[in-house]
Amino acid sequence: MVREGLAQSLRELEEEVLRLAAAVGGAIRQAVESLKAQDLELARRVVLGDEEINRQRFALEERCLALLATQQPMASDLRLITAIMHIVTDLERMGDHAAGLARITLLIGRAPLIKPLLDIPRMTDIALGMLEEALAALRRRDAQAAQTVALRDDEVDALHDQIHRELFLLMIQDPRHITQATYLMWASHNLERIADLVTNICERVIFVATGRLAELNVTGAALAEDLPGPYHGDREDP
Amino acid sequence: MTIYWGTVENPVLSARAFSAWYGKAQALRDVHLDIPERAVTAIIGPSGCGKTTLIRAMNRMNDTVPGFRAQGEILFRGVNIYAPRVDPVAVRRRIGMVFQKPNPFPKSIFENVAFGLRVNGFRGNIRERVEWALRRAALWEEVEGDLHRKSGDELSGGQQQRLCIARALAVDPEVLLMDEPCSALDPVATMKIEDLIRDLVSSVTIVIVTHNMQQAARVSDHIAFLLLGELVEFGPTREVFTRPRDPRTEAYITGRFG
Repeated sequence: MVREGLAQSLRELEEEVLRLAAAVGGAIRQAVESLKAQDLELARRVVLGDEEINRQRFALEERCLALLATQQPMASDLRLITAIMHIVTDLERMGDHAAGLARITLLIGRAPLIKPLLDIPRMTDIALGMLEEALAALRRRDAQAAQTVALRDDEVDALHDQIHRELFLLMIQDPRHITQATYLMWASHNLERIADLVTNICERVIFVATGRLAELNVTGAALAEDLPGPYHGDREDP
Repeated sequence: MTIYWGTVENPVLSARAFSAWYGKAQALRDVHLDIPERAVTAIIGPSGCGKTTLIRAMNRMNDTVPGFRAQGEILFRGVNIYAPRVDPVAVRRRIGMVFQKPNPFPKSIFENVAFGLRVNGFRGNIRERVEWALRRAALWEEVEGDLHRKSGDELSGGQQQRLCIARALAVDPEVLLMDEPCSALDPVATMKIEDLIRDLVSSVTIVIVTHNMQQAARVSDHIAFLLLGELVEFGPTREVFTRPRDPRTEAYITGRFG
């Protein structure tokens, strides 16, 4: 009774998730590119592209629901499907943040940038690197790697703080910078959230690999204690 | 090596180093298993893994099988039911059993339930007790008007199985063993039996053998996974079905076996 059908469906599902992740990663990269180059056309394309990302997310969620309803998956299969339902939600939110970044490009328009954008692209590189590694960890069912990836969220947070300090300084120096500085703060915020969402994906990778549901908190990899504890057989309502 | 998710406090039934053979074929190998009280324990595993042998050993139903031989102990509240001088009939009164195919007697509904009481020399009010058992088995309302008019085998398959459950419950056993109780039933009748199992578990300990994994997931609190006569893993259903510890359990419940 080898369930090749389900195994095949799960492989395809995982491939689709990776494709969605690639689309989201591409959107983030292009959004930041549009901000740096003040490329309004590129920014518009990113904003419009978000619709397709949303559509793919719902399509994947539908497939997960169909597998749950028709295949009654168990154990690692069950964990993978429920994890994917969370991961596609996280990816879709990351797509929203990409669109948010692109909108900032459009808001700034052709106005000269108040500072050269250095740290925002650095945050982007780290966040996208994290995303890539988190997905590689998913492919390998590598909980250790997922935990390591999540640690890099601290680097993104540090850059976010630094950008804020710098922008505050610019606003104090010249109130005419306030509007654009606020936009750039939002850009930084979008990237900081993107890295947080990658951390959420890492939590799901750990769940798929080990069955442990644990919060990877922002200050480090404070994994909860090992789950198996005293035998408690009481049936709890889900 | 069996993986246990924890220890069971005050088990009702326990297998201790229990092995069984049919002739030269070994059906169970050194099984240690504690059945928790007032809970549903499902025994799962592929065909021929020994799950039916194990559940039948729990009330000495294998005694009459030619060539059957057992070693080790089955403890019921600490007493080995295989010890000499233990009366298997007395064991079966306290540990009832329901079989795969409903097997009502070709007698009235009433007599089907009253039979066990009479055999066991029940001295109370038989009428009341029959009603009590039929109510516990969620059958009373469907058969109330036909108790003496209808024969047990005139009922539908699902009703017949609930009649057999009522018959087993009439003597108020402490444990109810169910060997694939729904395998001959349609989905609606199956759901009724599953609901009944969840209702009954507040008053009786249930051990169920099933090869329907989804059924085990729906009705049981604990899972015992057997493979080739060996107990591989025992633990809470929710845990075992989401994060099994033994790769063999994982392979079986995800259907990637063989």
